[in-house]
This record gives sequence, C-alpha cells and structure tokens, in this order.
Amino acid sequence: MSKPNPTDRWYSKDHEWILDLGGKTALIGITDYAQEMLTDIVFVELPPIGKKVAAGEPLAVVESVKSVSDVYSPVGGEVIAVNQALEDAPELVNRDAFGEGWIARLKVTDPEELKTLLDAAAYDALILEEKH
Amino acid sequence: MKKTPLYDRHAALNAKIIDFGGWALPVQYTSVMEEHRTTRACASVFDICHMGEMEVRGPRALDLLQYALTRDLAEQKTGQIKLSALLNDRGGIIDDLTVYKMDRDVYMLVTNATTRESDLKRIQSILEEKKFDASLSDVSDRTGKLDLQGPRSEEILQPLTPADLKTLRFYWFIPSQVAGIPAIISRSGYTGEDGFEIYAAAEKIGAIWDSLMDAGAPQGMKPAGLGARDTLRLESGMMLNGQDITQETCPLEVPYAWLVDWNKDFAGKAALSALKRAGIRKKLAGFEMTGRGIARHGYPVIKDGRTIGSVTSGTLSPTLNKAIGLAFIDAENSEPGSEISIGIRDAVSGAKIVQLPFYKRQK
Repeated sequence: MSKPNPTDRWYSKDHEWILDLGGKTALIGITDYAQEMLTDIVFVELPPIGKKVAAGEPLAVVESVKSVSDVYSPVGGEVIAVNQALEDAPELVNRDAFGEGWIARLKVTDPEELKTLLDAAAYDALILEEKH
Repeated sequence: MKKTPLYDRHAALNAKIIDFGGWALPVQYTSVMEEHRTTRACASVFDICHMGEMEVRGPRALDLLQYALTRDLAEQKTGQIKLSALLNDRGGIIDDLTVYKMDRDVYMLVTNATTRESDLKRIQSILEEKKFDASLSDVSDRTGKLDLQGPRSEEILQPLTPADLKTLRFYWFIPSQVAGIPAIISRSGYTGEDGFEIYAAAEKIGAIWDSLMDAGAPQGMKPAGLGARDTLRLESGMMLNGQDITQETCPLEVPYAWLVDWNKDFAGKAALSALKRAGIRKKLAGFEMTGRGIARHGYPVIKDGRTIGSVTSGTLSPTLNKAIGLAFIDAENSEPGSEISIGIRDAVSGAKIVQLPFYKRQK
C-alpha cells in the first residue's frame, strides 16, 4: 500500500505532486503511488537549471530497471533547483517520494495554475479508480 | 490474452500482469531488482508455460531435424539437449530452440512463445516438401513448464523427485516425477545460474508449482516474473528472440555461429553461405555505459558523429550495478575495447564494447 497523499500539496493526473513554497516557487516530485508502480528506480534524469516548461511538458525522466517514464511539469515555470542527491541515490524516490525524493524546484509563472490541479482527496479518488 | 494454468496463482500473489506476445504473464511479484537478486543468491521459480513444445516422431525424425535445423544432431544422445537454429530461406533466424532427444526417433522441440506458429509452419512445410517418414505435432497447450533457477535449485528440488539430480549434467534431462507427478526435469535455463526446467501436463503444473513453493519457502526461494527473467538473461549475455534477433538476423551476425554445422545440408544454407561470402557487415556486441544514463532498445549507437548501429537490449545490471546492453554495430567497431557512444534522448553518452557475458557465475 502506498503512503497517504499529503494534504499540503496539489496533484496532477500524471501522478506528480507540487508543493507551494510561497514567493512564486514550488517543489515538484512524483507521488508515492507512482514510485510504487515503477518500483526499483535506478536513474533520474534531472532538467538543467533555467529550463522553461509549460504545464504538461516533460520536466525529468525516471527510469526503473524495465521502464522509462517522463515526469511532467504540473504547471508552467522555470527550473531554479534540482535534487542533485538523486544522481547518486535515485532510490530516494522509492524511499521518500513526498520528501527527500523531490525532483525539481520551479519558479512558477502563474500561481493560479496550481488551483486547477487535484487536491489530495481528488487524487485519492483517481488512484482508487486506477486500481480497479 | 491467453492465460497460463498458473494465472490464478499469480493474481492471488498480486503480481503485476502484462501482455507478453498475447499471454497474460507476471512481469513482477514484488520488484524486478529483488527477484533478480533472489535468483542469483538463492533460487526463484518462473512460470514459463507460454513457451511452445512440439513433438517429432517417426523412423526419419532425425533426418527431418537434421535438414530443418542448423546444428548437427547425429551424435546427440537420448537424454541430451541441443540448442539449435531454425532458418528461413534468406538465412534469417526464425527461432533459436532446444532439441530434446527423448528416445530413438522421438524428439521434443522447445520453442519461443512468440515464434511457435512460424516454427510449426516452417517445419511442417519442410516435412511436406521432403516427404520424410516422420510426424510433427504441437503439444504446447497440453504441456506446462516451470523454471527453477538459482544456486539452491538442486537442494530445493531434490526432496521432491526420485531422480538423482547430482548426476544430471548441464544440458541433459531426465523423465521422472516431481511431487509424484510425471515430469521431465532438465538441467538448463535462461538466467546464467544453475537450475532446472520442468515440464509436466498443463493440468498438473499447478500442483508442482505449489509443491515447489512449499519446499522452497524455508530456503528463501520466491516466484520471479518476466522482468527479472529479462535482466538475468541479459547479464548472462543471452539474446531475446524478437528483440535482439529477428527474422532478418542471420546466425553469423550474433553469437550463434557455433550453432551452424556447415558439414551437413540444412534449410537456409544456400542463403547463409551467400551472406558469409559477401562478408558480415554488422555484429551484435555487448557494451557497458561509461557515461551517464541507461541505453534502451532502439537508441542509436554513435561514433565520430555518425550512427553506426542500434541498441537491441539495455538495462541497469542489478548484479554489476552498471548500465549494460546489446547492440548491432558496424563489424569494424564491434570488438571488445572499442569506444562508442549511445544517443540517450537529447544527449550522447559514452560506452565501450565488452566481452560477453557481462556476468558469469562462480562454479
């Protein structure tokens, strides 16, 4: 069973989370459910600092032993930091997807965009639907 | 999707099921990495019921196989297994299959799941054309198959069978019983570890699975899925039909030249001779990444800014903890030590050709 989805952040239908850090910045990662589906994450390709993305565009790549998956940016913005620790320890995403396994920090173009995403309850419902 | 006789057991274990060539099979039960490591350190059991089995019998069964397959089977003993290739008229590999000599004039062919139909068609047409006094029948649907693989396989299986496993050599088999059920036990596999392939009636294979699960659990044996099967075979330098090898691949381009016995006639020989005379231009080689990233099927192989090949299989090796793969490469750049690059998405990352296999077990 995956960990409960924290209520302090927003979720995309593609299983990313985004945490509003205030001051138009936000942290992005993949959900615990997503890491559980992927299992054994062995490589994370991080975006370059300064990369500009629109909502729904590929931001990073997460690879398991058997699969390659894009991580999409839930909102538009510019990458201002990445989680360098993942270069040597990609398994942090498996271990702590909502915390130490974060992927990138974004300068968000339009914070209003966050409100178009799913809240924890809506995301819970989405996972439940996928499981059946 | 077709289901194997073990499907309900996989579902009960909460396995992740995928479509593999039309078969609903477990890709993993818990994690590919974990199942891979359990196989190398202890033992795993795999559902391989999807593979094809054919029976060839009759006074000229050997003549049929000698003509249909590339390997010389004249010296094969009853109880012995030979890997061989079945070629098309262009010299391309339809299948790499194993030949079990059951008795004089009786053989079992074990084929890949995805090539079963084309194997059958090809051998049947040879049989009709050459009018050998032999019969060919597809017994896949009534045959179940399990692989028990890993260093502790023998000690797990031995209490369940009267067969003396200690004396059963690699690539030999013995018709015996497992858990009181008639079964063929073969010392062989697709993981690079010691282990067995077990064949029994499809409706009885579930009972053998259950007995193995009970007998193996105290030793740490677990079920493993197709994901681990793929990473295990790749580490051991073994090719996957349909991925590394296609009908356009000839045995001389891949590490299968040893399967071809030129001193006999076989279907596809004329075309293969012509290919040999023309010179082999590309070769399948093993490589490991020296730069960042993991090469995957279809990624380009690059040298001096020029594409010189294509990756056929690639993964992170769980045992070696580095990215490895197989690729078709221009013959002149395919020797061990040769430095190449792999195009990974927008980047180009370093790699070098290495000797196969990547992993070899300690004996």
